Amino acid sequence: MELTVLGQDEAAAAVADSGCSTGSCGSTNDQMSDLPDAIREKVQNHPCYSEEAHHYFARMHVAVAPACNIQCHYCNRKYDCSNESRPGVVSELLTPEQAIKKTKAVAANIPQMTVLGIAGPGDPLANPERTFETFRGLSEEAPDIKLCVSTNGLALPESVEELSKHNIDHVTITINCVDPKIGAQIYPWIYWNNRRIRGEKGAAILIEQQQKGLEMLVERGILVKVNSVMIPGVNDEHLKEVSRIVKSKGAFLHNVMPLIAEEEHGTFYGVMGQRGPEPEELQDLQDDCAGDMNMMRHCRQCRADAVGLLGEDRGEEFTLDKIEAMEIDYGAAMKTRAVVHAGIMEELDEKQAKRERLAAASVPDAQGLVDTRPVLMAVATSGGGLINQHFGHATEFLVYEASPNGVRFIGHRKVDQYCIGNDTCGEKESALSGSIRSLHGCEAVLCSKIGFEPWSQLEEAGIVPNGEHAMEPIEEAVLAVYREMAESGALEEPVPAARAQQVSA
Amino acid sequence: MSLSIVDSCVNCWACYDVCPSDAIYQSAPHFLIDAKKCTECEGDYAHPQCATICPIEEAILDAGGVAMNPPGSLTGIPPEKMAEAMLEFQSR
Ligand code: SF4
Ligand code: SF4
Repeated sequence: MELTVLGQDEAAAAVADSGCSTGSCGSTNDQMSDLPDAIREKVQNHPCYSEEAHHYFARMHVAVAPACNIQCHYCNRKYDCSNESRPGVVSELLTPEQAIKKTKAVAANIPQMTVLGIAGPGDPLANPERTFETFRGLSEEAPDIKLCVSTNGLALPESVEELSKHNIDHVTITINCVDPKIGAQIYPWIYWNNRRIRGEKGAAILIEQQQKGLEMLVERGILVKVNSVMIPGVNDEHLKEVSRIVKSKGAFLHNVMPLIAEEEHGTFYGVMGQRGPEPEELQDLQDDCAGDMNMMRHCRQCRADAVGLLGEDRGEEFTLDKIEAMEIDYGAAMKTRAVVHAGIMEELDEKQAKRERLAAASVPDAQGLVDTRPVLMAVATSGGGLINQHFGHATEFLVYEASPNGVRFIGHRKVDQYCIGNDTCGEKESALSGSIRSLHGCEAVLCSKIGFEPWSQLEEAGIVPNGEHAMEPIEEAVLAVYREMAESGALEEPVPAARAQQVSA
Repeated sequence: MSLSIVDSCVNCWACYDVCPSDAIYQSAPHFLIDAKKCTECEGDYAHPQCATICPIEEAILDAGGVAMNPPGSLTGIPPEKMAEAMLEFQSR
């Protein structure tokens, strides 16, 4: 058997047929092979979906949509904390006019910015005038920017017609259930036909509108991505059914995100002690739901008004007063942008070609690995598919699974998920213990360099630090470490206690 | 008669968009209802629209000064549970 690298960013890296990898047995190795060409093209270099592209292209969100038409148990409309990085939490509300100006200013100064999203702080389609005025202005004045919108779906059917008039890249619908009984445990009420409708009745209407909206968008050829929040004990098992349904109706991606519930957020779930999923639980469910759509693992929960490359925020450079002072010649900016985009595409193509050559040249030998158990490893990288980041600089880790089937990208683990180290915002925690906690379940961490203190603390936590593969391609290094573990006999021992406990809990 | 908006309002614009009488206006530190224009939605809707969409408990009061959406009625969090959580959070 040959080992394959079931990579994070494109299928071309997979050189040999390894059979069933994530529960969806395709006839080829191409993890996007089910998608029509047009969709594949849109997704391949999308900053939200491609691990490779998000280091090169940027997206931004503008907060023009304050009103909402439903209540979710994971949301608190009172909350507005600048340390927050959850979706739906936004600091600066903009008028459509300001949003158009800000978008053009950012696009002119960060030519990599290709996608503008409206995600809140409420529901974009519950603010149709503000949302569509922004879209209309941008379609006219900045036609090289793609637009996207996230919605709870309640007002979606009546918005499809208008959406189809704009340069819409994709619509994201948050669908947490297809069963009103479960819905009633997630949504206490909706505002519908001038009434507040509670419980199962409200949830049933919401579900119907979401499904109808999804169908209408697909009919019109608009890309639809579905997000779901995994709420252990409420909808975790159910999301498998949600996944089947939305994909059969034509959603091009289904992305499962973890519930983030802390008492200090003042949300229903936070106060009532509903827990979020452990990384392992999330991963198992993502495996079940994502199927062959591995790349969706790259979707971060970005803040609704974030500016910049995924996981970074340059919003400070574009505050309202700074934008007011800027003179923007968008016609000229568009020319520069076109040149920059072409350059990036060329670079991405080159990288891909290089990876294909590498993959074709080195077919790793799997002897002795046939029955070894899978191992999770974390990688510190600042992009380019290389292990090139200092452990202490990593704000997130990429997690890979190595097994006799090859190396597979699993997902991201953020180090500072919320409010760490800020005394106004709950529990204090050192960055180091935060990093180590975020690596839960991993048996090794690969980075370019690492200090002495984290080294010993990692070892204590049962995670082997490894700085020997600096500047090497991620998949190959992970495989090499896996092989070393196999040879040293480490894989004959059962899963380390911490993880085993987690799994059985 | 008129409803009124008080300081727990978070300026989410939801009520502004649904008022049939154009009685709600943006103001600092929060939105306000023009008592002369507010009809309590009489003749337009069975329920006052602002209080029907408002997501914040105790942000809108009826003509008698009583909260249209009392504590716990919108979030589903029992008020005593919320108080407990706030206490615990503050004591950290
Ligand atoms: S009660 Fe009706 S008329 Fe009065 S402010 Fe509210 S929405 Fe407007
Ligand atoms: S709906 Fe409620 S919170 Fe929102 S602006 Fe109106 S009164 Fe304020």
